[in-house]
Amino acid sequence: MNGSHQAERTSRRYDVEEVRAQFPALAGKVRGKPLIYLDNGATTQKPKAVIEAIERLYADGYGNVHRGLHELSERTTQAYERARVRIAAFLNARDAREVIFTRGATEAINLVARSFVAPRLEQGDEVLITEMEHHSNIVPWQLVCEEKQAKLVVAPVNDDGELDISAFEALLSDRTRFAAFTHVSNVLGTVNPVGQLVRLCHHRGVPVLVDGAQAAPRLRVDVQEFDADFYVLSGHKMYGPTGIGALYGKRDLLAEMPPYQGGGEMILEVKWSGTTFQEPPGRFEAGTPNIEGAIGLAAAVDFLEELGMDAIESHERAVAARGVELLAGMPRVRILGMPHERAGAISFSIEGVHPHDVAAILDGDGIAVRAGHHCAQPLMERFGVPATVRASVGIYNTEREMDALAQGLRKVLEVFP
Amino acid sequence: MDEALRELYQEVILDHYRHPRNFGKLDDEARSVLGNNPLCGDRIEVHVRVCDGRVEAVGFEGTGCAISTASASMMTEAVKGKPIEEALAIAKTFHDMVMEGAPGEELGTLAVFHGVREYPSRIKCATLGWHALRAALEQSQQVVTTEADG
Repeated sequence: MNGSHQAERTSRRYDVEEVRAQFPALAGKVRGKPLIYLDNGATTQKPKAVIEAIERLYADGYGNVHRGLHELSERTTQAYERARVRIAAFLNARDAREVIFTRGATEAINLVARSFVAPRLEQGDEVLITEMEHHSNIVPWQLVCEEKQAKLVVAPVNDDGELDISAFEALLSDRTRFAAFTHVSNVLGTVNPVGQLVRLCHHRGVPVLVDGAQAAPRLRVDVQEFDADFYVLSGHKMYGPTGIGALYGKRDLLAEMPPYQGGGEMILEVKWSGTTFQEPPGRFEAGTPNIEGAIGLAAAVDFLEELGMDAIESHERAVAARGVELLAGMPRVRILGMPHERAGAISFSIEGVHPHDVAAILDGDGIAVRAGHHCAQPLMERFGVPATVRASVGIYNTEREMDALAQGLRKVLEVFP
Repeated sequence: MDEALRELYQEVILDHYRHPRNFGKLDDEARSVLGNNPLCGDRIEVHVRVCDGRVEAVGFEGTGCAISTASASMMTEAVKGKPIEEALAIAKTFHDMVMEGAPGEELGTLAVFHGVREYPSRIKCATLGWHALRAALEQSQQVVTTEADG
């Protein structure tokens, strides 16, 4: 398991044109223009390796997992469980049984909220999150807190778009039962100091969930180094299929958690007098899982590790830095947050132009960006804007595309003088 | 800029965006309905004062893109002083034009929104204020959302 993790640390030349050649969609045209895809925070294009892995599974014969005694079922089960081992290695988990396949990061968070946090919450207890969370890391906690009459406590973000760490620490109280925060902000691109935050929580005896939906595609994740209790990721945001995600959970914590959903696959024995459940991960995977999703996600992970997570990080950092430099020099453009550590996203607004109109004009040039609240309305409120434009960088973007973005924005300024 | 975009951002639309007409509240007697586009967070509140079956006064407030703001602004000009039935008929013609592609020639300047059809994600911007107007005239709801468009 450690072998692949070692391998990804070795530095190598990052050839972005070679990377681009692996993505059929990037050769396509949008509104008659070559596609410049800068909406990677929302979802990503898929490399041939992922497309072919799924196609191979369907074409070579497909069986259900964990039940058939026939060749196809055995083959599919092996591929599915191999995928689990791959994700575990990618996160540097100790044991593949610490990885549970879910429908996405959202379901993974809900699973933890329901099966781990809800049974531990009593009236007046607290769950600590941050102001920069995606709705998926807000709403599950609101629901569980409401139900248990517990309090959802929110740590503030400063004007640079960074988490106020001393405020976070001060908000950890003797009623805090759980903390959840994002590794990388989907709006601001801020990279949180995960290891430090986890230490602060553990010092108070508070278990932690880290939302890695934006981090897993672009940073090296080491759950042992972070000492995170739970870490979640989303397949489609990391060049894999939609409808698949993963939850990492420490083995001893998973072992004591009740099932999240009931059904086939997750049971040992079903009787009218009562049912017994599988050990994790099986206990948390009710029903036939998203087999092709898991296998496609493993192919995406292989693809990312082949490029090297450290190489990806420095490539994306250079492209984003170019974008920030260009945007910061433009009249009427205001970048939301200037974090010291940025990964992926640049959010901005243009004085006198609504983000929708910016996105529509850029779309006319084949440039795909996101306009809206980015599923982070409380953060928008913090910065006093209803919406922003977000350009989010992925492994295949280039500095030249940042120049094209700036060119497109100059056109926006002309239309809306 | 290509042809379709140029049609979307015609001068008259940009002008109403920069200088929205009838922008602001009416008195307390007015009926108010908030139009909400949950997809983008745009909110436009429409106020109408009805007297003797006519739209005596109409105003709107809120934040929105060029399309939703200009559409609401031009809507207020189109329905001001009109009998309720006629205002509702204009709303229907506008709706049919942007949703179904009906010609909408009888709408006069409002026909500039015909081009919005090329951009399905923007249709809801164009209809936001109109949804609120209709609810205010029909006294059906206090808050409407574009998600009822289907």
